[in-house]
Amino acid sequence: MTDALKRAAPRNPILPLRVPTLPPGQRSRAALRWTASVAEGRFELQSCHDCGQIQYPPRDACTNCLSIRLTWKPVSGRGDLISETLLHHSNELYYRARVPLRLGLVRLAEGVTVLTHLHGDCPVAKANESIPVRVRAHLDKAGQAALIALPATDTPNMADDRMLREMTSDPKFRKVLITDGKSATGQALVKAFVDAGADIVWAGLSEPWKQPPGFDAISKLPNVTVVPLELTDPRSVEDLAGSIGGKVDILVNNAEVHRAHGIGDRRGTETARAEMDINYFGLLRLAQSFGPALRARAADSAVPSTAWVNILSIYALSALPGQGTFSASKAAAFSLSQTLRSEMRGAGIRVVNVFPGPIDDEWTQTLPPPKLAPAALAKAVVKALKDGVEDIYPGDVAQDLFTKWQESAKVLEREMWDQ
Amino acid sequence: MTAAPYQGVVIATPVSIPYVRYSTKDAHWFLARALSALLKTSGLKKSDLDGLGVSSFTLFPDTAVGLTQHLGLSPRWLDHLPFGGASGVIALRRAARAVQCGDASVVACVAGDANHVDSFRANLANFSRFARDAVYPLGSGGPNASFALLTSHYMQSTGAEPADFGKLCVAQRANALRFPSTLFKKPLTLDEYLNARPIADPLKLFDCVMPCAGSEGFLVMGEDRAKRLGIPYARILGTIERHNAFPEDPIQNRGGWAMDQDHLYSQAGFGPPDIDLFEAYDDYPVINCLQFEGLGLCREGEAPAFIRKNTFTIDGSLPFNTSGGQLSVGQAGAAGGFLGLVQALRQVTGQAMKTQVENARHALVSGFGMINYDRGLCTGAAILGRA
Repeated sequence: MTDALKRAAPRNPILPLRVPTLPPGQRSRAALRWTASVAEGRFELQSCHDCGQIQYPPRDACTNCLSIRLTWKPVSGRGDLISETLLHHSNELYYRARVPLRLGLVRLAEGVTVLTHLHGDCPVAKANESIPVRVRAHLDKAGQAALIALPATDTPNMADDRMLREMTSDPKFRKVLITDGKSATGQALVKAFVDAGADIVWAGLSEPWKQPPGFDAISKLPNVTVVPLELTDPRSVEDLAGSIGGKVDILVNNAEVHRAHGIGDRRGTETARAEMDINYFGLLRLAQSFGPALRARAADSAVPSTAWVNILSIYALSALPGQGTFSASKAAAFSLSQTLRSEMRGAGIRVVNVFPGPIDDEWTQTLPPPKLAPAALAKAVVKALKDGVEDIYPGDVAQDLFTKWQESAKVLEREMWDQ
Repeated sequence: MTAAPYQGVVIATPVSIPYVRYSTKDAHWFLARALSALLKTSGLKKSDLDGLGVSSFTLFPDTAVGLTQHLGLSPRWLDHLPFGGASGVIALRRAARAVQCGDASVVACVAGDANHVDSFRANLANFSRFARDAVYPLGSGGPNASFALLTSHYMQSTGAEPADFGKLCVAQRANALRFPSTLFKKPLTLDEYLNARPIADPLKLFDCVMPCAGSEGFLVMGEDRAKRLGIPYARILGTIERHNAFPEDPIQNRGGWAMDQDHLYSQAGFGPPDIDLFEAYDDYPVINCLQFEGLGLCREGEAPAFIRKNTFTIDGSLPFNTSGGQLSVGQAGAAGGFLGLVQALRQVTGQAMKTQVENARHALVSGFGMINYDRGLCTGAAILGRA
């Protein structure tokens, strides 16, 4: 049975910093397509459009009929563990620090054999006996898809498995900065991270003279510390990074300015500038101030730094004309987040992008339902970290628009005219 | 249908360039030395070689093509053999047909690899597309984990014990101590084998080959030519090859030999009881078991009992891997696919010196190569006969 994770002991300053290493990250283009679905939380295998053959590893043609019309089919991951090994030696630095390492061959119900990491609670493989397991696809530290087999039914402390934790960013015992603890979304996030067992939740507070209802109660929750943070002010960001930057394990950037204007209905650029200043430049300032320490600490304890979360908007993908300048600022932030993801990759820090639809707050009062409750958004963020997912589209509107965007961004652009 | 016999074609001139654990030299250097040794031993001139077969993992970015210019050869027949452990047998059967049909008159077959510090790791990382996508990222670090998985399954389904594998390893080491160019000079006891450091359960240190650098080679030519040169030669009595056999098996517990052994023995005109020695591909002991079974020395799943019944030293009931095999000589990359064939050639031509098996008339050689994803894809076997 998995040992329950313990709170990380304080760092011994005499010991050298352990530099993060990564599992091998090169993949073929077909495997990258597989990784893309895993990044969005789906477990699919390649399937032949013409004959239905399921195959793995990803190929360029069907092994049964040689068709090149290959699609992707969601699979349950159910299968039998048919053999296993405990690896005591590896040539790769990342794994040298992680042996012994359990690996297994699983015969999936779909009739393909897959090589997987083995969760510590999987029963021992037997050649002549069915050992059912559940195979899951997760992103590894290199940000590429890898398989892990879990026991057939849940076990106590299952999420605390050493290899599973390499693929996820569970907030348990982690130190979390929420850049805006004041907004409805911020308050919900603070509460959700406290509930998820975070060690410390720093709640960023801007303009302290304006405190909304509920904030007082949130700031008194156990493990919550209110910290001053003005994202428009480089010095404020630097000061906070100077005091807690070396401790933050998960940074959630939810601060935003949200106004509801297009181009023609408001003269001037001040509002648009204010949106960009927080939504885009705020992210840039945070990334420059907090990024280096987050990267440096990615392997330094049993509960190392692990993730950076951006609360973006589904309108980053396709503009909502009635909130055009807001959409543009979120599109800018989305673009910057891709660079951030690329720069964080070398340390194995996961950048999670959240694309919600309209959130039920003061700036969407005139939008019709369905709207996403702040608590639901916060729950989705924590779940994404626990599941190790890279992009999420929480809520019905986001799901609807994301589906349409995947089908045709050009068609969606026209549909947005009437939203 | 049985393939036509290799009428009038022979194999000659066994050459091994001594192995070294690490070398600063490139594959080209080792292959050049093997070719040069082939010429020196046979008395042929470089211009006499009109066919060339090459197997190497570390020749990149060159192939056999680049090697012709690198070494100043102008062959009219050229073969690049990316079959790893099966490359020796496959090189032989192709070269033999080329000579038999007149496409070439003398084919030099060479295999060799460099082993720079860290080049083994770099090769593993890009061994195959499937390895890069679905094996290497999981930390399996090359063939150890793949063979551990096959070994574990094989042991559970057949009742094979570590001591069964150990018996083969210990016998091979005893053989190696009589072989001049082995990298392992110390005897190995069963206790040492059983108590070695674990590598990937159930595999321990002495189950795994040691990567090194070196090269091997032989010549294929018409019998008349060999006679004129006055060099010892052997006949090619039968050969088989197979790739990606039994893809529907959930895990590999048999190789392509099981599909083709009837062809091999019908071409040779005799069966396993007439085999005097066996040079198997032994990168891990479990693969020896699949070869005993696949080549009809025992029935499927009965290799453990076969091992318990037989002895495998040079004077044993089945002289086996008489040079020590890769487990005791070292694995010089693709040369590992030639090691057994070259030693079998020494045996049936009476050139095996201290490792000579008495009255060696028929030598069985087999190869196994390329763990592309979860199993080895290439298998081959040949029977060489005393001329």
